[in-house]
Amino acid sequence: MTAISDRRQLAYIAAQAADARVNVELEAEGMTLNIGPQHPATHGTLRIVARLDGEQVVEADPVMGYMHRGYEKLSEVRTYPQVTALINRIDWLGSFANEVPFILAAEQLMGVEAPPRARHIRTILFELARIANVTLFLGDMGVQLGAVTPIFYAFRDREHILNQIESATGGRFHPNFDRIGGVKDDLPAGWISETKQSLGQIRKFCDVMEDLIVGNEIFQARCRGIGVIPADVGLGYGLSGANIRSSGVDWDLRRDNPHPGLAYDAIDWKVWTHPDGDSFARYWVRLQEVREACHIVDQLLDTMPAGPIMAKVPRIIKVPEGEAFVETENPLGVMGYYVVSQGGLEPFRVKIRSASFSNMSISPWLLKGSYVPDVITILASLYFILGDIDR
Amino acid sequence: MPSEADTEAATTAPADEARQVLLEAITADLGDAVVGSHLIAGKDLWIRVTADAWSETASYLHGRQKFRFFNFLSGIDWMPSPFGRSLDATVDTLLEATAGTDAAPAEAAAGRVTGYAGGETRFQVLARVHSLTTNLGLTVKADVPEPALEVGTWTHEYPGAEWHEREAWEMFGISFAGHPGLRHLYLPGDFEGHPLRKDFPLLARLIKPWPGIVDVEPMPGRDDEAGSASTGSASTENPESE
Repeated sequence: MTAISDRRQLAYIAAQAADARVNVELEAEGMTLNIGPQHPATHGTLRIVARLDGEQVVEADPVMGYMHRGYEKLSEVRTYPQVTALINRIDWLGSFANEVPFILAAEQLMGVEAPPRARHIRTILFELARIANVTLFLGDMGVQLGAVTPIFYAFRDREHILNQIESATGGRFHPNFDRIGGVKDDLPAGWISETKQSLGQIRKFCDVMEDLIVGNEIFQARCRGIGVIPADVGLGYGLSGANIRSSGVDWDLRRDNPHPGLAYDAIDWKVWTHPDGDSFARYWVRLQEVREACHIVDQLLDTMPAGPIMAKVPRIIKVPEGEAFVETENPLGVMGYYVVSQGGLEPFRVKIRSASFSNMSISPWLLKGSYVPDVITILASLYFILGDIDR
Repeated sequence: MPSEADTEAATTAPADEARQVLLEAITADLGDAVVGSHLIAGKDLWIRVTADAWSETASYLHGRQKFRFFNFLSGIDWMPSPFGRSLDATVDTLLEATAGTDAAPAEAAAGRVTGYAGGETRFQVLARVHSLTTNLGLTVKADVPEPALEVGTWTHEYPGAEWHEREAWEMFGISFAGHPGLRHLYLPGDFEGHPLRKDFPLLARLIKPWPGIVDVEPMPGRDDEAGSASTGSASTENPESE
């Protein structure tokens, strides 16, 4: 009995091996596989030209620019308040977070400080943008592995946060709410208690995701030990945010370089890291960060100071001559603006350091030697937004 | 209030001291290569090195000073825009005056303003690195010598510089000696010109000028009504003008 099944098995293996040989012979020259520009895993139009040897990637070359909008050039012909409308569209899932470092850089050049209530509102919206952004990642990672359910949960529960962002700012995706010297409006009545309820929904969502995805055997098999990034390599490539924290680097700008324009100094929270550096670690760290963001927003809502929401700022904003670089810990990683002013209404030059651009620059190194199905999970776990790469 | 000011001073003073120490160490080690520096207490530090030392500066910062995190690398074109400014800033008149003469590079250089840590050439490269041990960031600049427009690469120390240098190459036309493959990153392969240079026209703006901060186009409806001149609307507008 056992002998027969053994023989069958051997025959099966031999047939498979023969097939594989044929494949190898066919592809001895190396096959080029175009992933994208339209591919669900690319969240937009990123194309990856992968040269394959069998199932293995020999060389991967991302091709970008399908969505390059030239924000650095366009910023040079817009006034400072007008620029925020552009840069909202860099990372479109966490738009408010894009405005903050630019406004902080302008404030630094002008020597303006936002009043405490504005700092609080700013920080709350910053963290809500993080929750809205990363929530979608937590669901989307499941889709890349063939589990369709989580994304529906993610879209459903993200809506609670988007509703709160909308009721405070008027915009679901592009608030354009941050101003030099403060924020545009005060919070509407009843917003604080409603936001607390929404945070409850997100906490529940995180628990569900932990059950559905983190504890899932298939997910673990597909992600553990896949796409490992050592800390030193990651730093050299400029990896930041949850990507570098899941390689064991305990570094978070919110804690280590807190900007005086944001209210992280007064609250108690924790930076999550994971030692493994693989796809699984990146998912796990982001899951914890969403919970931590809920914790941060909770505390900020409790300690909301009263007072004005705008500092005294001239109606026509002229920024004095100088240079400033301000970086913040955005949902996707470190985002910074290098702003050069020559005393006019517009910036002379704006260099946008976006997180996904640097996070993706490791992909040729990381994808080399991986297998085709893993390419998708690795890209998904690095978590990029196309607008954040192409700017 | 005084207590707040005290704590702020207490937090900024050590960071400032750390930057001062760092700056002294860098100038001591690199010697003549450092041609300029700028320090804003408690905020940031800039250094400017010679173009020849650009590449070694990366090795030094990565190896000796433990700046392990590569933040970004880019360029700046310091030439005043030949198209002037689209909005009515005070600098506009100055620009028009220099643009009218349309003259020698020496005069253009005189009109050129350079940023922190100085500079002598039209183009500069700048890069930023961050140290996780001291939690300090550092911006490094270098002049790019004019006819060749070439500096060394940083890719040997910071592999992440590869994409940033490709971007600077296509956007400014600055090339990086020793880069593994300078080719287009964002733009199509047959694209001509360097979009982030100041003399590269932004066509959308040239075709239709931006209305600017004071909306020069009449608001729809309002002025038309005033033009058709019903006496009622004129009487309502009078108190506004007063």
